[in-house]
Amino acid sequence: MYKKSLPLVLAALVAFSAPAPAAESVAPPKQHWHHQGVFGTYDKASLQRGFQVYKQVCSACHGMKLLSYRNLAGLGYNEDEIKAIAAEYTVVDGPNDDGDMFERAARPADRFKAPFANDKAARAANGGALPPDLSLVVKARHNHEDYIFALLTGYQNPPAGEEGLPGMSWNKYFAGHWISMAPPLVEGAVSYADGTDASVEQMAKDVTQFLAWAGEPHMEERKKMGIKVMLFMFVFAGIMLAAKRKVWAAVH
Amino acid sequence: MSRPAQTEKFQNPVVQWIDERLPIFTMLIKEYGVFPMPKNANYLWSFGGMALTMLIIMIVSGVVLAMSYTPHVDMAFNSVERIMRDVNYGWLLRYIHMNGASFFFIAVYIHIMRGLYFGSYKKPREILWIVGVVIFLLMMATAFMGYALPWSQMSGWGVTVITSLFAKFPLIGDGLVTWLWGGFSVDNPTLNRFFALHFLLPFVILGVVFIHVWALHITGSNNPAGVEPKSEKDTLPFHPYFTSKDGFALVVFLTVFLGTVFFAPLALTEFDHFKAYDSMVTPPHIVPEWYFLPFYAILKSFVYDFTVVLALLAMGGLLLAFPAAYVFFKGDKKKRDMAFMGLGALLGGLVLITLLAIATTHLEQPSAAAYLKVVIIPAALQGVLAMFGSILLLVVLPWIDCSPVKSARYRPIYKKCLLVLLISFITLGYTGAQLPEGWPVIAGQVATLYYFAHFLVILPYLARKEKTLPVPNSISEDPCCASKGN
Ligand code: HEC
Ligand code: HEM
Repeated sequence: MYKKSLPLVLAALVAFSAPAPAAESVAPPKQHWHHQGVFGTYDKASLQRGFQVYKQVCSACHGMKLLSYRNLAGLGYNEDEIKAIAAEYTVVDGPNDDGDMFERAARPADRFKAPFANDKAARAANGGALPPDLSLVVKARHNHEDYIFALLTGYQNPPAGEEGLPGMSWNKYFAGHWISMAPPLVEGAVSYADGTDASVEQMAKDVTQFLAWAGEPHMEERKKMGIKVMLFMFVFAGIMLAAKRKVWAAVH
Repeated sequence: MSRPAQTEKFQNPVVQWIDERLPIFTMLIKEYGVFPMPKNANYLWSFGGMALTMLIIMIVSGVVLAMSYTPHVDMAFNSVERIMRDVNYGWLLRYIHMNGASFFFIAVYIHIMRGLYFGSYKKPREILWIVGVVIFLLMMATAFMGYALPWSQMSGWGVTVITSLFAKFPLIGDGLVTWLWGGFSVDNPTLNRFFALHFLLPFVILGVVFIHVWALHITGSNNPAGVEPKSEKDTLPFHPYFTSKDGFALVVFLTVFLGTVFFAPLALTEFDHFKAYDSMVTPPHIVPEWYFLPFYAILKSFVYDFTVVLALLAMGGLLLAFPAAYVFFKGDKKKRDMAFMGLGALLGGLVLITLLAIATTHLEQPSAAAYLKVVIIPAALQGVLAMFGSILLLVVLPWIDCSPVKSARYRPIYKKCLLVLLISFITLGYTGAQLPEGWPVIAGQVATLYYFAHFLVILPYLARKEKTLPVPNSISEDPCCASKGN
């Protein structure tokens, strides 16, 4: 009897962990991601392209304050490349010995430069809406990568008769559909260094993978360690079972 | 004081030297070496050890996390992210701690179910059981405060929703909440005290676990047959039999736990937990961690205020019950007097709180209709009381269920009712995560009703009326255990 109740308890856990559907939103279609699954790793080429999309498009409005330029090593850039990327930005430092703030080129240890001085400035520039920080956005949305991709490719004409406020666009996957972000991606918005065709889908896919990496930069290390730990645990469990059987063999 | 002459018990002279001064090795051998375990104890008896292991894992990972964590509203969220990104193996520590709480609860829930099924709360284990319920309550408090520490949207709003419940208590409510918060809103003082308590309580739990195990080692373990061991034939020494059995079970449990940590670390968490707390933006749906959901659903099942009208109706019902009791207990004067006293107490209590509610309400335009609408017990307060009551019922369970048969194996009807209880609990867990509208509310109410009926009506009834199956004379004579070999 108790044996029968165990699967029930497990079923209960599954039921508990199933998240409740958010109000008036459409479930995004499932995509295949290079980094999903037990052995999935990040597609470095795609991460670099995604970073380019972020840098040239999204960073006009969205900050990523949990990232430093040095973290870009995770995309496969070497030290010099990272220095060069950082040097494209000027940041305010100080005060110096004279007590003055000064501007200097960013260094790898600096945080990604924020597009706006503060949230108020960000709202003022975006019709009152706040473009959220993207450092954790993939983890901070229901359906994670699938949702971000769907959102970026989900701009459509509003259903007949519906009208949004000025500056709002209709998006199939955004909760409530009317979003204050104009479609950020248009065909050829960036020109990829590796010659990949910059279709909206391609850019959305790349930037989503970049954002997934930004939220979980240690994922590859985690899975690699996990596989070793699992192998160890399986062998350990086998030995424990054999020991238990041997000990109990004489009991009847 | 004369002491028995020490005989050389240990080959190793160092061990012997220590043991003569502090008999720690003697104690270990007595409690974990030769300690007699019922030989038919199955794998459900391994979950206590798993829970203890999880507690230790939580303390070790928690102390190390605390070295890099900053309990300040402006820095907490980012300090946790810094742990995830920059602290060596910080991501591992945090995922162990985050998922460890879930697996701690999984182990403890199964441990409690085991107790319910095999009657482990009955004589002579009542204190052991009550100490267990205390551990469960402390765990809930600890996990609730721990979940606040990353200061995410779910942290801040979870704390707001749950602590605000205390405001529903009449008269003292508002003061109580201000006292809990350390101010007039959920803010830095709240976070600071939650961190201090979250650091402290696990060590309190450890102490209470010690008492739990102490009590266990006085009574010994229960077993699937639910009959106490009668002779040495019924038991096996803890070592090597149960060290090997529990050890194997523990490794399997930890494998599932580590599999989650490494490959699905977010499976049990809400996505809103990865947004920093913003007191101006209410998340569309505030849900507690999965292990609180059944109790949260009980809380949400109460949707009607108890008003003066309803109180008057209830009083009328009670008055009618007097003649009914008179007829029903005609032959037995003692029982009749008992029934009268019970009904009288209920009626008196009802009248008292009704008058109290009316006296403490200030009406703009007093009229009979307005007084009828005065709320005596608001729905939310009913929910709070029911939520705490649902756990406190477990404390008195040994006296609610006084059937002499322990194991559900020999209680065919109890067994089925327990299955319904489990299904109700799972239903509550599901409905607790849904928006409070439509069928989930009704399903939750039905499940809540069953939960209370199970303990308050069904168990007392079954204890007297159930036809139990013949219980084996001893564990060795248990046909079920003999055929399986262990
Ligand atoms: C012109 C400014 C602007 C640009 C460029 C921009 N965004 Fe946005 N974004 C916004 C604003 C404003 C919002 C807030 C929308 C709202 O709340 O209605 C937003 C919201 C979002 C959201 C959150 C949606 C949600 O579910 O809450 C994501 C994800 C996002 N943007 C991704 C991107 C990505 C990826 C890019 C680059 C390809 C990008 N944005 C480019 C202004 C911008
Ligand atoms: C009964 C044992 C414990 C339980 C059930 C528990 C539970 C939790 C939970 C649920 C969280 C939130 C995790 C998250 O969402 O990120 C948390 C966070 C935290 N806990 Fe514990 N904990 C326990 C013991 C401890 C101990 C003993 C300490 C320190 C001495 C500690 C320190 C912390 C710290 C610093 C955090 C914030 C960092 C983080 O969120 O990862 N915990 N705890």
